[in-house]
Amino acid sequence: MQDKSLSRRFTDLLTEGPLRVAVSFVVPVIAFLALRWSFIFMRNAEANKLTIGLVALTVGVFGVWALFLITDGLVSRLPDRIRERIRPFVFVGPAIVILSAYLVYPTFNTLYLSFRDARGLAWANAKSPFGLPIDNYLFIFSDADLLITLRNNLLWLVLVTGVVVSLGLIIAVMVDRIKLESVAKSIIFLPMAISAVGASVIWKFIYNFKPAGTPQTGILNAIWVALGHEPVGWFIERPWNNLFLIVIMIWLLTGFAMVVLSAAVKGVSSELLEAARIDGASEIRIFFSVIIPAIQGTIITITTTIIIMVLKVFDIVFVMTNGQFETQVIANRMYSEMFTFRNFGRGSALAVLLLIAVIPIMWSNIRGLRASRT
Amino acid sequence: MSVGVEAKRQPRGRKLGTLFSAMPLRITIILIAILWTLPTVGLLISSFRPAVDLQTSGWWTIFLHPFEAAQWTIQNYQTVLTTEGMGVAFLNSLLVTVPSVVIPITIAAFAAFAFAWLEFPGRNFLFALVIGLMVVPLHMSLIPMLRVYTALDLNGTFLGVWLAHTGFGLPLAVYLLYGYISSLPKEIIESAKIDGASPMMIFTRLILPLSVPAVASFAIFQFLWVWNDLLVALIFLGTTNDLAVVTTKLAAMVGQRGQDWEVLTAGAFLTMIVPLVIFFSLQRYFVRGLTAGSVKG
Repeated sequence: MQDKSLSRRFTDLLTEGPLRVAVSFVVPVIAFLALRWSFIFMRNAEANKLTIGLVALTVGVFGVWALFLITDGLVSRLPDRIRERIRPFVFVGPAIVILSAYLVYPTFNTLYLSFRDARGLAWANAKSPFGLPIDNYLFIFSDADLLITLRNNLLWLVLVTGVVVSLGLIIAVMVDRIKLESVAKSIIFLPMAISAVGASVIWKFIYNFKPAGTPQTGILNAIWVALGHEPVGWFIERPWNNLFLIVIMIWLLTGFAMVVLSAAVKGVSSELLEAARIDGASEIRIFFSVIIPAIQGTIITITTTIIIMVLKVFDIVFVMTNGQFETQVIANRMYSEMFTFRNFGRGSALAVLLLIAVIPIMWSNIRGLRASRT
Repeated sequence: MSVGVEAKRQPRGRKLGTLFSAMPLRITIILIAILWTLPTVGLLISSFRPAVDLQTSGWWTIFLHPFEAAQWTIQNYQTVLTTEGMGVAFLNSLLVTVPSVVIPITIAAFAAFAFAWLEFPGRNFLFALVIGLMVVPLHMSLIPMLRVYTALDLNGTFLGVWLAHTGFGLPLAVYLLYGYISSLPKEIIESAKIDGASPMMIFTRLILPLSVPAVASFAIFQFLWVWNDLLVALIFLGTTNDLAVVTTKLAAMVGQRGQDWEVLTAGAFLTMIVPLVIFFSLQRYFVRGLTAGSVKG
């Protein structure tokens, strides 16, 4: 009891007394100095790696909490009327600031840069019709390499999305009917936990090529040679090499589609299926006329999701071929425009292409939000 | 969406009748499962084989004499962890990932609470903005942020990467946590207000403890996303030895040691260990987070 009143008196002293002004001044300053010190410390190459790590973790994990608690403490010292107006922004402010800095501002800046010249230095209207600053876009749709890049992205989009969703659906329906369902699902789902880089190494090993006459260590060539063919360098067989890369993403994502679709398939009412069966519908007919319409919503969701993922495919191509042998995709090309050529304007235009592709999805999300709120 | 891998255990085969007769169905599934596991198994076995064997025979040949000790080794892992620097990369990955999970979740939870339970001007507009940003490809941010980071000297710092992952993960985090927090019963929040609790107290004592399931799902999703990320790490951290994370390290190894499968296989498996442990131990939450998180931009 005594302790409590003592601590109460101490808090009162800090929040009511003349110290109040001092506290609201000193605490942020100390916090700021501590953060500053920690960042300088983290850049110190001499310091012990583990110590740096511990400081980094502490700052990263507790720093953000300290930020919220300190601002709230400061705001609560303001007069009532102002306080209640400002308070929500203590909660929502940091999110808005970060989103503005990391997504809103860059989006506009990228749009702007895409209308500059290839390097992003001056307006790009030299050769464009009507003097419109769209050189980068004209280039994208006329350059031979970039047309192949666009073709490849389309190929990825159609094949990965198509195969993943249909295979996922078929497996989901099949797996629903066997024992050990969860084991089979876990196995097919497992690649989802693996990074695209890890998966690329796994598959690079599968596609490994050794000259004819030596034992093949890649399983695909081993089988191919055992069937009496010459070993193949799978990555240079254009345009088929794209398919060998696409397979990797199919392997990664099918389990994901299956798990989501499987939950939807389980939701189809048994009465409905029973009724169809009594009416004499074949199982194939039931699959197409009962199951698919019933889970239509989920199919659309998973398809959009996978489209968004495939559109941005980068890691697999970066690791496997780095876009050589006509396997380039937009995201990887953008990366090399950025880092290899410093073509910030052209790279921005490529990013804008990706944005345009997702705008319909963005639009329907926001409309869905409006509908659910009214 | 409630998606559980083990949602219902009993097969509905008999109830449904059979699309395919039972035996071929089972065989098909088993074949698919084998096909799906084979790549990973091949990698795992190879990572324990000596370098010489890896260059001269396929990993499947070990099944001829599986118990012959000479064909197994852990040397590859030692090499990769020490001389190849995967040990440091592993530590870096942890240093990048943990704050990159905690920071966005914290900021998003505060924001979600404000969107759900506090009145302020511009609330609907700001929330629609968050939803819109959810699918914006992060590629839209890369070039401007790279230039800003160069100006601010934030390239190659952990702080820079944490904030980048925070920015890119935030819209989804806000959206998911909002969905959960806004569905909490109104009465408890009203009564806390009547008792004189400040918004901060309501948030820390009431909302946050109640939101643990949603926070956990997003945490798992974000953890895997950051751990497995290559692009953001490549751009904002780079591949120098003391800053590389496991993915950038592995990608660099593929470039430099293209045919040295003893280091590549062991390296690849090391990058996969943490996600696989999470996968097997938290599969149910993992699925939920992944399903929810799949629309991320």
